[in-house]
Amino acid sequence: MGSHGIADRVAIVSMGCTPFREHWDRGVDDLAIDATLESLSAIDLRPADVDAWWLGTAQSGMSGITLAAPLKLEGVPVTRVENYCATGSEALRQACYAVASGAYDVAAAVGVEKVKDSGYQGLNAFPIPTDGTQRTLTAAAMFSLVAPAYARKYGVDPTELRRTLARIASKNHANGARNPRAQFRREMDVDAICRMPEVAGMLSVFDCAGVADGAASAVVVRAEDAHRYTDAPLYVKALSFVAGNGSGLLDPDYDYTHFPECEMAARDAYAQAGITDPRRELAMAEVHDCFTPTELVLMEDLGFSDRGTAWQDCEAGVFDLHGELPVNTDGGLKSFGHPVGASGLRMLFECWLQLRGEAPEDRRIQTADRGLALTHNLGGYPGEMVSFVGIWGSDRG
Amino acid sequence: MRGIITASGYLPHWRLERSAIAAVLGSGGGAGTRSVASYDEDPVTLGVAAARVVLASGIDAELVDSLSFATTAPVYAEKSGAPLLHAALRLPGSVSTLDAGPGLRGAASALRNALHSSDRLVAVVAGDVRTGLAGSTDESGGGDAGAAVLVGDDSVGPLVAEFLGDASATHEFLDRWRAPGELRVHAWEERFGQQRYDDLSVDAWDRALAACGLTDGDVARVAVSAPHARAGAVLAKRLGAAGVEVTDRLERSVGFCGAAHPGLLVADLLERSSPGEVVALVSLADGADVTVLRRTEATMSGPTVAEQVDGGSALPYGKYLAWRGVLPVQPPNRPEPARMSASAAERRSDWKYGFVGSRDRSSGALHLPPARVSYLGQHVDDMDPTPVADRRATVATFTVDSLAYSPSPPVVFAVCDFEGGGRLPLELTDVAAADVRIGMEVEMTFRRIGTADGIANYFWKARPAPGSVTPGEAD
Repeated sequence: MGSHGIADRVAIVSMGCTPFREHWDRGVDDLAIDATLESLSAIDLRPADVDAWWLGTAQSGMSGITLAAPLKLEGVPVTRVENYCATGSEALRQACYAVASGAYDVAAAVGVEKVKDSGYQGLNAFPIPTDGTQRTLTAAAMFSLVAPAYARKYGVDPTELRRTLARIASKNHANGARNPRAQFRREMDVDAICRMPEVAGMLSVFDCAGVADGAASAVVVRAEDAHRYTDAPLYVKALSFVAGNGSGLLDPDYDYTHFPECEMAARDAYAQAGITDPRRELAMAEVHDCFTPTELVLMEDLGFSDRGTAWQDCEAGVFDLHGELPVNTDGGLKSFGHPVGASGLRMLFECWLQLRGEAPEDRRIQTADRGLALTHNLGGYPGEMVSFVGIWGSDRG
Repeated sequence: MRGIITASGYLPHWRLERSAIAAVLGSGGGAGTRSVASYDEDPVTLGVAAARVVLASGIDAELVDSLSFATTAPVYAEKSGAPLLHAALRLPGSVSTLDAGPGLRGAASALRNALHSSDRLVAVVAGDVRTGLAGSTDESGGGDAGAAVLVGDDSVGPLVAEFLGDASATHEFLDRWRAPGELRVHAWEERFGQQRYDDLSVDAWDRALAACGLTDGDVARVAVSAPHARAGAVLAKRLGAAGVEVTDRLERSVGFCGAAHPGLLVADLLERSSPGEVVALVSLADGADVTVLRRTEATMSGPTVAEQVDGGSALPYGKYLAWRGVLPVQPPNRPEPARMSASAAERRSDWKYGFVGSRDRSSGALHLPPARVSYLGQHVDDMDPTPVADRRATVATFTVDSLAYSPSPPVVFAVCDFEGGGRLPLELTDVAAADVRIGMEVEMTFRRIGTADGIANYFWKARPAPGSVTPGEAD
């Protein structure tokens, strides 16, 4: 028994990513087609060249037919997966394993979500019949529980923490302003964010991810085949996933200042990739900044900052575009919005651009020569979440 | 000997100053306050709140043979209300239930039947939410409350009051009426009903005292429950002249609480009386029912009605109108919660209604909701049912959600750590968001979470434990 990973056995050889927008004029079919064809055409493949498909969508469609029908795929397996907000990463993970197993030569992962057809703001889960005792809080409120708990545990003045959270949002907006695919392209300064009215705990709407439609895709092949498709593939160094058992909701010892599922997923991923000092070994990280306190705590859960110090590191600019370890260089969920099925693949798309030196100059990281990038994607709430960590490298070890 | 084992009234947290009505409408209202059920309370939850107090008095709930529930505002027409109380109170499956209504008189009839019954223990419960058109005397003069009277033989437990005798008088006349679902109560000229009640109350009173072999002067204290202030005035005047104390009808401080009013007054009457005193309840509603009791030395527990009258928090009139649906207000632009699943709710009845979790025998870890596999050690199917409704908890952390769907936003939500272990994130109620603190002590309360597809969905919330809120201390 053990988690062994598939380091250097498979490679990403092409990617696509639509702009993330309120796509009133594009349906789930359009978005899936656009993202898929972008990745295939870049390496002169046609849909028929792909042996197996994984579709990540949380609630824009059911079954593989959601992808097979718009692309008119013939005689191939399409697996629709859902794993909360980590759905896009889950689709990619399954495609990687399928290729590593030897079952298929070419696999594609497509993540898509059409959020803006619901008629409501925000994300709204479809109802599963229950006994009616479940809470009906928003995700913003659930994650807002982290801020006062963190402030209390580490003795951070709540006003100071308010500014730290605003700084995280401001940093991501600054990066997103330099990204044509991002939904929000306006810079926001810290003072303006701090002045916004609270909507959930101490969080304002500017502490929350946007809401957008979008799709992204990746083509996966065996590592030894990668150079048949591209000169600059990304190799899979680690794939880890932890589904929490919800004990944080039961256990009075859980204090809302960390996400154990993310810590465990990171530990497994670093072991698979042989990483011991992520802050210095990684060139960049794309993390699940669904709400600003989430990104704060993730800096500690992912081992970038010591416990209780991430707020100081955020303030010191450690995770800025040109900081010690750039985080969310594409603007993150904050600037992109969160089409659930697509976000995990969108994160990898940024690593794809940065490690290959293709990111536009005004948001290009200076650490790309470290050659390793991390994507982190979570779903659920503090106390009850799923977490994905992937590590990607430009060199095959 | 038959009698009352204990009785309790429950007044909801909120109060409407009647002067606030005239401030908005330009007239009406009057003086004093009325009690107001929260947006998440209804006759069922008010009844549960009162009944929990009497059942926590040390009596073995397994001895309850029957449960009656009276209200003028039933949650359902087709479905009975009492089984909901039965589930929330975790009464035995062998209990017989009776919905004593709709109609004002059911509450007094149920009490009478319980006193004449051969059942070991009868829970006589009522709950009412009294509404009316804006500016109406029903709105200003009504009140919301729950009441519970536990009736039984002294072989079951000590009686706080011995049943001495009673009498009823029935006579058809049209005093007040309301079609099912109608907000407005219509009334005939008040003097007509008043005079009918005068005759009926004197008739029933005289026969009740004759049955007990007593005269007016033997009675220390009497409470009169009536749908309008003047009903029963002739009898009250006569008794006052004979030296009988006629207790406050609670009309000025609480309002007339409909089907809950007789039980509320019984609790108040017994709480005010001394051992050996003869006391009586006169209940006027489409007839007259007189019950004569003798207070014993047994003690009563729980907050008294008088203590609750002095508590509570003021509610703005606009909020009152919105809570009662008299004034429709814009809901948040979020999908309304889906209806609960009847079969899922039934499978989890102990949890949903009874608030029973499970405790892992090996690790001692409490699981809320109950689980088959322990989160500590993964032991399988080795847990004991553990009720938590009567346990207090402490707020570990909390948030205020202005975006979530709620009949009365914002949602105040707290991670609650229970005395004796266990944690459950719960919605808070009966509290202003600014008054919530980490470390605040809370108690559990059965509430109506919402309504979807005509289905009332109930579960538990937490509210500040008495004495745990000091308003105006915001950080």
